[in-house]
Amino acid sequence: MSDNILEIKTLNVRFGGILAVNDISLDVRRGKIVTLIGANGAGKSTILRSVSGIVKPVHGEILFEGENIMGLTPEQIVKKGITLVPEGRRVFPNLTVLENLKMGAYLRKDDYEKDLSYVYRLFPRLEERSWQSAGTLSGGEQQMLAVGRALMSSPKLIMMDEPSLGLAPLVVRDIFSIIRTINENGITVLLIEQNANMALKTCDYGYVIETGNITMQGEGDKLLNDDRVKEAYLGKSRNG
Amino acid sequence: MNITSYLIRGLATGGQFALVAIGYTMVYGILKLINFAHGELFMVSGILMIYIVADLPTLPIGLAICLMAALTVFIGFLIEKFAYSPLRSAPRMSVMISAIGVSYLLQNLVSYITGGLSKQFPDIPVIGESVRFLGIKDKLTVFLSPVIAIVLTVILVQIINHTKFGMAMRAVSKDFETSQLMGIKINRVISITFAIGAFLAATGSVLYFAKNTGINHLSGANPGLKAFIAAVVGGIGSIPGAVVGALIIGVAESLAKAFGLADFSDVISFGLLIIILVVKPTGIFGEKTTEKV
Repeated sequence: MSDNILEIKTLNVRFGGILAVNDISLDVRRGKIVTLIGANGAGKSTILRSVSGIVKPVHGEILFEGENIMGLTPEQIVKKGITLVPEGRRVFPNLTVLENLKMGAYLRKDDYEKDLSYVYRLFPRLEERSWQSAGTLSGGEQQMLAVGRALMSSPKLIMMDEPSLGLAPLVVRDIFSIIRTINENGITVLLIEQNANMALKTCDYGYVIETGNITMQGEGDKLLNDDRVKEAYLGKSRNG
Repeated sequence: MNITSYLIRGLATGGQFALVAIGYTMVYGILKLINFAHGELFMVSGILMIYIVADLPTLPIGLAICLMAALTVFIGFLIEKFAYSPLRSAPRMSVMISAIGVSYLLQNLVSYITGGLSKQFPDIPVIGESVRFLGIKDKLTVFLSPVIAIVLTVILVQIINHTKFGMAMRAVSKDFETSQLMGIKINRVISITFAIGAFLAATGSVLYFAKNTGINHLSGANPGLKAFIAAVVGGIGSIPGAVVGALIIGVAESLAKAFGLADFSDVISFGLLIIILVVKPTGIFGEKTTEKV
């Protein structure tokens, strides 16, 4: 089997004539954390949504474990072992925490108790609040729930769209340490972040995307120390 | 007649409206669509019953009812597939216009088939028979309707709150896209929602037309409208709300008759609607919208 769990080849996505993603190719190595950084509207979310089958690309190839998954329905893609933690968390506010987690395991026919206790170990707070409706959780707790829910599908690849968006700095640190833990437990991570600093520190490999094109790529440390990246995405506040 | 008998007849009509109102409220809950064709579906199921009994006279009545319910469910499913499903990403107004279109289509179709004449609903054994209960003599359907409505509602609420499918329904009603990301086939959930609504409307139609036996192509309009009002009064999107709203409307209209105000029964329903909308715009059981974003 190839080293790449996910390969995207010359992906093109249009929204009503506007090119959102232009001939993008990228690879995600199995067992790694890969991040896409770039400004708002650069097309990062669109790439993840294409992989999930929510958005239909114009052309290109999306290979998951060597098999083209483009054109499959979202539910077929979840079955293959890809899950997306959507931007803005999108927990089901009217369902309890436990029900939200069960929704993550919706397609599974096997026993998911082990994964449930794994998620509760990662996020003890969710177990404490399992009977509370998800709409009453804080932003950080909702993000944990969104990640926990994604893990319940027992994925091989977890994609996260802006997991730190709108969260307090301390909570952001927690989320990133969870991302590392998940990855150490063998799940490949494809991460989109506006917090380029944290993302590049956490990732093994990064891509910089500008208006639908990949303009730079490299290992996290290398991008972190690249002058152009520093200037455009890390700002002057970067001290360590 | 004494007040108890008006009360019981009000509850009966209320129970029959409730079974229709659940269809409105469930479809609204999931698609945010007022399915204006639902009242017509109720009428169509009554018409189907007439033709099934006339054309298949040897069929036992119980089986005839099952066949009618199955056909009604199928029609409900077809309406969703052809009139609403293609408009999934269209503005809500377009879907509503489509619903109004389906409503007239069904009316005209039935008017064409029946020649616009009133047809007699067949005698339904057991529920169509007169009984005496609490000193009141009326068809059994009158006493049975509120009980059946409440039993079916309890079953439905249990399904929605405690099964995997119910959970999926609640998820879809909040967020289509995230539900898809969980692997839920949203079109299937929507189809089943329409099927449940159609089944309850079919049940309601047997109970209703067993008492009000003349049906023409306009017979769905009034029950449909009243059920819709009931759903709004109860808080659209809420199933217990639809039932409570329907029982209130049914009893209020019946009591109006008791006080010699039969001509004003519509005024009373709409008056109730206005009062509720002013006092509590989300309806009696309306959802609080205090979610954290």
